[in-house]
Amino acid sequence: MNGAHDMGGMDGFGPVEIEKNEPLFHAEWERRAMALTVAMGAHGLWNIDMSRYARENRDPLGYLADSYYERWLYGLEVLLERNGLVTRDEIVARMQALVEPGS
Amino acid sequence: MARHDHDHGAPPSDTALRVKALESLLIEKGLVDPAALDALIDTYENKVGPRNGAAVVARAWSDPAYKARLMDDATAAIAELGFTGRQGEHMVAVENTARVHNVVVCTLCSCYPWTVLGLPPVWYKASPYRARVVKEPRAVLAEFGVTLPEQVEMRVWDSTAEIRYLVLPQRPAGSDGLDEAELAELVTRNSMIGTGLARTPGALRAKTEAAE
Repeated sequence: MNGAHDMGGMDGFGPVEIEKNEPLFHAEWERRAMALTVAMGAHGLWNIDMSRYARENRDPLGYLADSYYERWLYGLEVLLERNGLVTRDEIVARMQALVEPGS
Repeated sequence: MARHDHDHGAPPSDTALRVKALESLLIEKGLVDPAALDALIDTYENKVGPRNGAAVVARAWSDPAYKARLMDDATAAIAELGFTGRQGEHMVAVENTARVHNVVVCTLCSCYPWTVLGLPPVWYKASPYRARVVKEPRAVLAEFGVTLPEQVEMRVWDSTAEIRYLVLPQRPAGSDGLDEAELAELVTRNSMIGTGLARTPGALRAKTEAAE
């Protein structure tokens, strides 16, 4: 499968950005996204290749614009929906419920 | 953040809120256990990391028979030290020498040997490193402050979903007589990716003194 992820040898990305004393996670949601992805992977409903396909088979602009854990989140949502576990509509509804409790 | 707007028709979203919503749904459906999530985070924040890899390197520097086993079957040799698990099931060790310098990348993704190095840094997962290190490794290494003589052959290893590489850095000058624990202090994360070199004992002393 080709796509935006297949970037070996591509020019134009600029210098490597090296962060000094980099923390393992840059936000609490990154911790949770990592743990949710790894925990759901442990169910054995999909393998690493299916996870990669879910993350990478998408519009190139979206892939390139996303940060690393945003890509994980995107891939997890694809796999959850494909397996009938959680739909995107459910996620959006829950987001709204979290912002406006009781509505 | 606009990602879901253009391809899924969702309202403007905040990623943190989205993760919170997803977590609450998965817990509610019994698909994840909150305690298991906390345990996973604790594992990767506090238990698994480059100190594992440093112990492997220090053992290989100290024990020629161990080094031979590491080069022959890295997965088994690393497991001897108790480091096993996901994203480290098929390990390959590559040795840096005066003639050959190895560098590891995953051009397609972010594949990385979690069992010995933990979770990868952002630069390893980001486009510039993935795109460029296979094309101009010397220029990329220079950005890490590493310049090697022209006659040193560069070998760049592109990880796959299965095979993960550990660079065995060159043992630094002046490290004779150090024990394994002392040697492990010289081994940096980047030296095991190939974007750095192991520290000399003198450099380590200077760093420690500066921090005091």
